[in-house]
Formats: sequence, C-alpha cells, structure tokens
Amino acid sequence: MSERERVQSDEAKGPPAEDPRIAGEKHPVARMIGIGIAASLVGIAITLLIDWFPEPAASSAGKIDTLYDVLLICSVPIFVLVMTVAIYSVVRFRAKPGDMGDGPPIHGNTRLEVIWVTIPFIMVTALAIYGWITLDDLEAKQKNEMVVNVTGQQFTWTFDYPSEKVQTKELVLPVNRPIEFKIKTKDVIHSFWVPQFRLKSDAVPGLTTRIRVTPDREGHYEVVCAELCGLGHATMRQFVRVVPAAEFQSWISQQKKAAGGGGGGGGGAAPSGEQLFTSDGCSGCHTLKAAGATAKVGPDLGKLGDVDADFIRTSIVDPNADVTKGYEPNIMPQDFGDKLSKEELDALVKYLLESQE
Amino acid sequence: MTLTRRLLAPGWYRAFLGIALGFGFGLGIVVLVRSLYGWDPIFNWDAIITVGALVAAPVGYLIGIGCFDYWFRWASGAPTIPEDHSGHGAYSWRDYFGVNTDHKVIGIQYICTTFFFFIAGGLMAMLMRAELAQPGTQFVDPNTFNGLFSVHASLMIFLFIIPVFAGIANYVIPLMIGAPDMAFPRLNALSFWMLPAAGTMMLCSYFAEGGAFATGWTAYAPLSTDTPLGQQFFTLGVQFAGASSIATALNFLVTIITMRAPGMTFWRMPLLVWANFTTSLLVVIATPFIAGSQFFVLLDRTIGTHFFDVGRSGDVLMYQHVFWFYSHPAVYIMMLPGFGIMSEVISTHARKPVFGYRMMAFSLVAIVILGFTVWAHHMFVSGMHSWIRVPMMVTTMLIAVPTGIKIFSWLATLWRGVIHLRTPMLFALGFITMFTLGGISGIMLAVVPFDIHVSDTYFIVAHIHYVLFGGSVFTIFAGIYHWFPKMTGRMYDETLGRIHFWMSFIFFNLTFGPMHLVGIDGMPRRVADYAEQYATWNAIISISAFIFGASFLIFLYNMIASWRHGPAAVGNPWRAHSIEWQVSSPPPVFNFDEVPTVVGGPYEYGVPGAVHAVFKEKEPAHAGAVPAPAGGGGAPPPVDQ
Repeated sequence: MSERERVQSDEAKGPPAEDPRIAGEKHPVARMIGIGIAASLVGIAITLLIDWFPEPAASSAGKIDTLYDVLLICSVPIFVLVMTVAIYSVVRFRAKPGDMGDGPPIHGNTRLEVIWVTIPFIMVTALAIYGWITLDDLEAKQKNEMVVNVTGQQFTWTFDYPSEKVQTKELVLPVNRPIEFKIKTKDVIHSFWVPQFRLKSDAVPGLTTRIRVTPDREGHYEVVCAELCGLGHATMRQFVRVVPAAEFQSWISQQKKAAGGGGGGGGGAAPSGEQLFTSDGCSGCHTLKAAGATAKVGPDLGKLGDVDADFIRTSIVDPNADVTKGYEPNIMPQDFGDKLSKEELDALVKYLLESQE
Repeated sequence: MTLTRRLLAPGWYRAFLGIALGFGFGLGIVVLVRSLYGWDPIFNWDAIITVGALVAAPVGYLIGIGCFDYWFRWASGAPTIPEDHSGHGAYSWRDYFGVNTDHKVIGIQYICTTFFFFIAGGLMAMLMRAELAQPGTQFVDPNTFNGLFSVHASLMIFLFIIPVFAGIANYVIPLMIGAPDMAFPRLNALSFWMLPAAGTMMLCSYFAEGGAFATGWTAYAPLSTDTPLGQQFFTLGVQFAGASSIATALNFLVTIITMRAPGMTFWRMPLLVWANFTTSLLVVIATPFIAGSQFFVLLDRTIGTHFFDVGRSGDVLMYQHVFWFYSHPAVYIMMLPGFGIMSEVISTHARKPVFGYRMMAFSLVAIVILGFTVWAHHMFVSGMHSWIRVPMMVTTMLIAVPTGIKIFSWLATLWRGVIHLRTPMLFALGFITMFTLGGISGIMLAVVPFDIHVSDTYFIVAHIHYVLFGGSVFTIFAGIYHWFPKMTGRMYDETLGRIHFWMSFIFFNLTFGPMHLVGIDGMPRRVADYAEQYATWNAIISISAFIFGASFLIFLYNMIASWRHGPAAVGNPWRAHSIEWQVSSPPPVFNFDEVPTVVGGPYEYGVPGAVHAVFKEKEPAHAGAVPAPAGGGGAPPPVDQ
C-alpha cells in the first residue's frame, strides 16, 4: 500500500517544486507545445507532399489514398509529440559530468494517465469507424457489373469473360464499367493485385474470392501476384489494359474470332500446343520466343539444340531425368504426366519441336 | 580418459554417438516398416531423413549430451542426490559447452548461441540485399532466394529474438527476485540444449535435395505441403524450438510465482519480471498452436493426411487461422520482454522511478489478453469470411492504447530525470523512436482498406523490421550492454558502444524507411526480382543495409574484447536498486550468500534512503547445506581465465 500512498502524496503536493534546470525557462510545456505544433505542421506537409502511391486507375483508389492521408495527418503529431518530449528531456535533463543525484521521485499522475488512455482510445475508435465506412463503400455492389473470372496457377494468370465466353492471358477492361472479379486458383495460394486499383485478394484453393473494381483511367498496368507461390513468384506478372468501351467490344469480338477460327468452332476441340504452353504454366518459368514467353526460372525452350521428341516428352513428365547444367533438380513440378492428357502432351511436344530457333 | 569412458560419460563424444545411434534407429524403423508393407523402394531417403535425421538423431543428441541422465537414473531406481550440484556453475570456459544447471551459465549459453544464429540470419539478409541491389538475377537463383528469406526469418524469430530474451531473463530473473536458481534447473538445461538442434536443422535444410525450405517463415499450405524435402527441416525444427520455449516459459512461471524473496509482493516486482511473467503466459497458451499447424503440414506431407487437400475436403484457410493464432501473440512474445528491459534501463539510467508502475504492469496484462483477439488482421485479403475483418481491425487498433501507456510512461520517466546517456540508454531512446514509428505503421495496417493495398508488400517488410529490429533487437542490445558488467564482471567500451548505436540507428532507418515507400508504390515482398522503377530505392536500401550490417561487427568486437580484457566491473556500476545489482559481478555460484528481504519498490530513485532489498545473515543450518565451491563469499573467477 505504501506505493499507492506515495502516489497520492505526489499528487497532493500540487505542482512540483520548480526544477532548477528549467527554472530559467518560462512555461517549458507551452514552449514544447508550440514547437510540437510547428513541427507537426511541417511533418504533415512533407508526408502529404510525398508521392506515395502509383497513379490511381480505379474509383477505389481515391478513397484509399484519402484514407492514407487522414492516417498520416493523425500519425505525424503523435510521433512529433513523442520526439519532442524525448529530445527536450535529453537536452535539458542530461546529467552533468559527475552528477550523482537522482531525479524527483514522481511515481505517477492519475490525471495525465487518464488523458493518455482516453485520447488514443478516441482516436483509434474514430479511425476504425472511418475505416469501416470506407470498406463498405469499396465493396458495395454496383449496377451493371461485368463478371471476370481470374484463375491463378504456378506462375500465370488466366482471365475468362463468362458473359462473352472468352478466355485470355491478357486482361482487358472497359473504362468506367464496374467489374466483379471472381478469383480462383488451380494449385497453391496466389494473390491478385493491380497496384493502380489498390485492391487485392488471395486466390485460395477450394474458394472463390471476389473484389469489385471500377477502372476509371485508361492505361496499361501490371497484374502482380502478391502471395508467395513458389519459385516463379517474382515473375508472375501479366498486364491489364483499360480501354474505351468501343475498343473493348472490338477486342472481344477479335478474341472470339481467334478462338473460333483455330478449333473449327465449338469448345470441344483439343487446345493447340501454343495454348497449352501458356495455359498450363510453362510460360511462367521458361523463355520461348515463339510464344512470347520471357521467364528465366528454367532453361530457354527455344534453344534446346539437337533433341528429339522423346527427350522433350521425358523432360516434361520426369524433369529430374536430365537436368540442364546450371539449373537445380526438383524445381520443375513433377506432375505434368498426370495433369496432361496424352493428346495434350503430344501437342505440346510437337509445338516445342517446331518452335526451336 | 579412454574412448570407451568418454563415449559413456555425458558430453560431446556421447552426443555424437547418440546422433549416430538415433539416425541408425530411425533408418531401421523406416526400412522395417517399408519392407513389412512391401513398399518399393525400401530405402526411401526422404522418409529416412525425416525419421532418422530430424527426429531420432536430435533425441539421441539430447540424451548423449546428458540432458536426461538424472531423470533416467531416478526412473531406473538408481540412487540420486536431490541436492547434486556437480553440474552447477562454470569454472572454466569448457563448462559452457556441457549440460549445466546454473541459470547464469544457461543464460550465457543461450545468449551466445542465439547470437550465433543472429549472425547466420544476418549474413543471409546481406546476401538477399546483394541480390536485390539491382533488378535481374545476379548472385542467387529464385529458389535459393526464396530459401534465403525463409531461413533468415525463421532463424531470427525462432532462434534469435524469442530465445535471446529467454537467455537474458534466465540470467537476470532469478537474481532479480532473490532466488538461488530457476525452479527446475534440469528442465532449464534441456530447454537450452534443444535450441542448437532446432537451429542446426534449419541451417542444414540448405543441404536437402531441392534446397532449403522456401515458403517463408509462414509456410502457408498448400505450398508447404507440396515442396521438396527442405520444408520438413522447418516443420520439425520449429517443434524443437517450440518445445524449448514452452518448457522455459513454464519454468519462468513457476519460478516467479513460487521463488520470490521474502517481502517481494507482485507489486514490488521489477517490470522485467512482470514482462517475463506475462510473456510466459503467452508462450504457454499460444505456442502449442504453431506446433499443431506444423504437425498438420508434416502429416499431410509424410503419412498422407488431407488437412489442406481441398480435393479431400481439406481447408486451406484453417492453416492460416491456426498459424496466426500463435504467430500474432508471438509478436508480443518478441516484444514484452523488451518492454521489461526498457523499464529497467530507462529508470536506472534516468535516475527516476518508472512513471505509473501499476499501469505499466496492467498494460502488459492488457496486451496479453488483447493479443489473442487480433490474429486475423494478417488475413484481411486471405478470403476468410469477410465480417471477421472489422472486429479484428477494432481489437488491433485498441492494442495501441496499452502500448501508448507504455511509451508515454517511459517519456514521463525521462522527464526531469538525471539522464546518463550511456549506450543502454541510447538504445532505449532509439527504441522509443523506432517503435513509435513501427506502432504507427501498425495502426495504419490495421485499417482494412489500406491493408488491402499494402498487404504482402514491402510496407509489411518495413513495418515488421521497425517493430522487431528497431523495437525488439534494440531492446536486446540495450539489455546486453546494461547487464554486460553483471554477466562478465567487466565493463564494455563506451565509445565503441556509442559508435555502434549511431551507426545502426542511422543506417537502420535508411535501410527500412524507404521500404515503406516502395511498398505503397507497388513492390510486393518475397520477390527475387522486381520492376525497373524500384531500382534506385533498392540500390540505396542495399548500400545502407551493408553499412547497417557492418555496425554489428563493432558490437561483436566490443563484446569479445571487453569480455577478455575490459576493466573489472564493480557490483553495481549503474547504482541501480534491483537485487541483481546488490551482489558481486559476476554473482556467486548460488547467487546470494545472504537471503535478501525485499522492503520496498524496485525503482525508488530520488527517495532519500530508499532501498529495494536488505540482506540479513542466513541461518547457519542452511548455510551448511549449500556447498560453496567458489570459496564461500568470493566471486568466482572471471570466465575467461
């Protein structure tokens, strides 16, 4: 109980006796508040002037950028407060050489402690409410949404427009049209992210996750995988093009024509070797000039040299059978023999043989 | 000694024999089971390495080195001496390399071992920064890179920050509460000796076929259930590190509850004791969850369970929930002991009582409780049920309140103190600066819409390093400098300490500060390569990181040189009040020749004539029961002789 009595006695004494080290200074606290406000204003100005975000390209971006600005405006004064008190204390109350004295035995101050519990509590509560409102706003259902299915796999994305029955490797979106992405994965967890849209969502085995985006600026942006998904994670990049509505329509009909022309109509035809090369993930790790693939995790498949069909087939089904010099074993998935049908494997082997430079 | 006797006596010869026998035993089991089932091949090396090298060999090593000798003797009915002190205290440097039951020896064993893994993890970070200094691939291929950041994080978390705090506490806590040792000295030794096994496993994963585990320290399924053998080195290494941590935490709880000196009520305990008490609660409750999550992965990989196989009604998100139910409290396991160190260092070197002592203790308890209610803030973009996000955002932001209490109370402690800017105090001030920044970015991350953008980016890398390096590791440096005189009986070099501080403070900020920017700008984390637009910042970050890394060499030199040749330290160089400073430096083998009696609070600086504890003569009957090998009251010789 002695501690509590002492705390009370500290408070009962009223304002502490004047400290000789700050006696020459009138109103040290007022002065610190002045310095603190000035430093906060400068700090807020600097942090707001920094160009933090990539250019915004969706209606969601503005809301998140504003939220971040509000967070900065609230954070800077807190940091400045801590720094002002710490630096002031170190400068004013630093021990003189040979000073063996102690500071005054102040054990606490209930009023001060109530203040520094209450103010942060109010601040974080207000920010949480603001965050919640923004979140609901971002995820609200929009009129006239177009659904785009996104499928991740090691190490590539496939986009599919169910209303148009079109599947592509490049994401093209009409500007100002609300989009609902339905995100899935064929293997491990990936994360679909377009930094310019500010929104991301993991692609989770067994689930379909959703995000809603309304792109509002035409341009060419990167689709990034943000969740570690294995060896080729860093190179799992594709592009999204935001285009005017008319251009989008002509692109869609072009895609339909291309898909229809190759297979002779209908969805039943076997995919070509080139399609398999990109849709089954080969392009995520290998370079192949003929397919426009540039990844460097595995060897360049356009420069295999003097090899026959059997070698290529074995290398796909049992990648450890012959590992190219300079590359490690066990890096390439060993289940392509199960994933690909015999026809698909034949088509892929034939395509690779034809694509040698 | 003949070789046979060496192989039978506890120690390294028998440990290597144990490893060989353990491996042979594991190999035998695998071959036996596989041949009974008629599986081909009978010699499946993945299985043999898992059972032999990762389970049986470490157990063989623990038995060989002598962790279980006493218990085996007792269990077999052989005569045991309950007050056997033969394995207690260090009289030569060799005693640090064997099983010892003295908490002070174990504390130093912990600290030196964990710093070894800190150096190993740090070198991996240097290699990563070399690779990231410019876009493209220069030094390591993507597989090696993914292994580097995975092993780096795992070593830093499981083999450095968590156990080094246990090491510092091991040395200091019994002295601080006036106890002759920990409650369970033999369990304490076992806890320590599990660590080298865990760390060696993680390091050795580089030699596994397919390279080191490369799924991050988070080891998300199903990536972790579908990668080469190296993953199992993590899955099982974590079990040993986790078991070590749980055993130590139990030991601290029992020690703190039952072994405080007469007069030391809970409200007279130094805040470091409070901090380790609350941390131990976290460890005991939370650590079994990570053990569970890794066992799920292990069983999926080895015996064909389907916890994370969606094709067989497995649930991938379940991994993340169980993992973060440990790994978020783990953040506080890595921070609360540091808070305790800060309270000791700031109060002692500012010569003032800790401001708001009771609120400081209550805020630790509040963090423990709130810490269990926030795990899913790591999963805002994971695809979990969306309603969970808002409550987790609120609880996460509320943790700012007790954390704020601590920061503001330390500032109020500094206010009007008599501040001695010695190295520990500099690190404490650096801690306050950077932990405030880490806390602020933590609040930002808690706000769901902002987190959706920066989740899995370099902003996260910046945040965790501000909290874990600017926060935890700076408190570790402060603590090491503060108790260095007590542990070694010698003074460290103050000038080198200051250079170490300024170099690490400046280049820490130049390394991790810009990461906030590149993260928001769109650079994802855990990438071996990045877009051209981030090249300039990454070059700056890498150069700063190398200088930051070099600053550690100054610390290392200071510690080694001062331990060997530093000027002798007096018992209480900082004129501190807590009990560990009232005995010689280093303390006697059994800590106290006289039992201390606590008569007041631990931080009564400025109160005329106040003392925390008084020493009275021990009753003669007890004095006879304790052998005094170091010559009674005299301090044992410094360990370097």
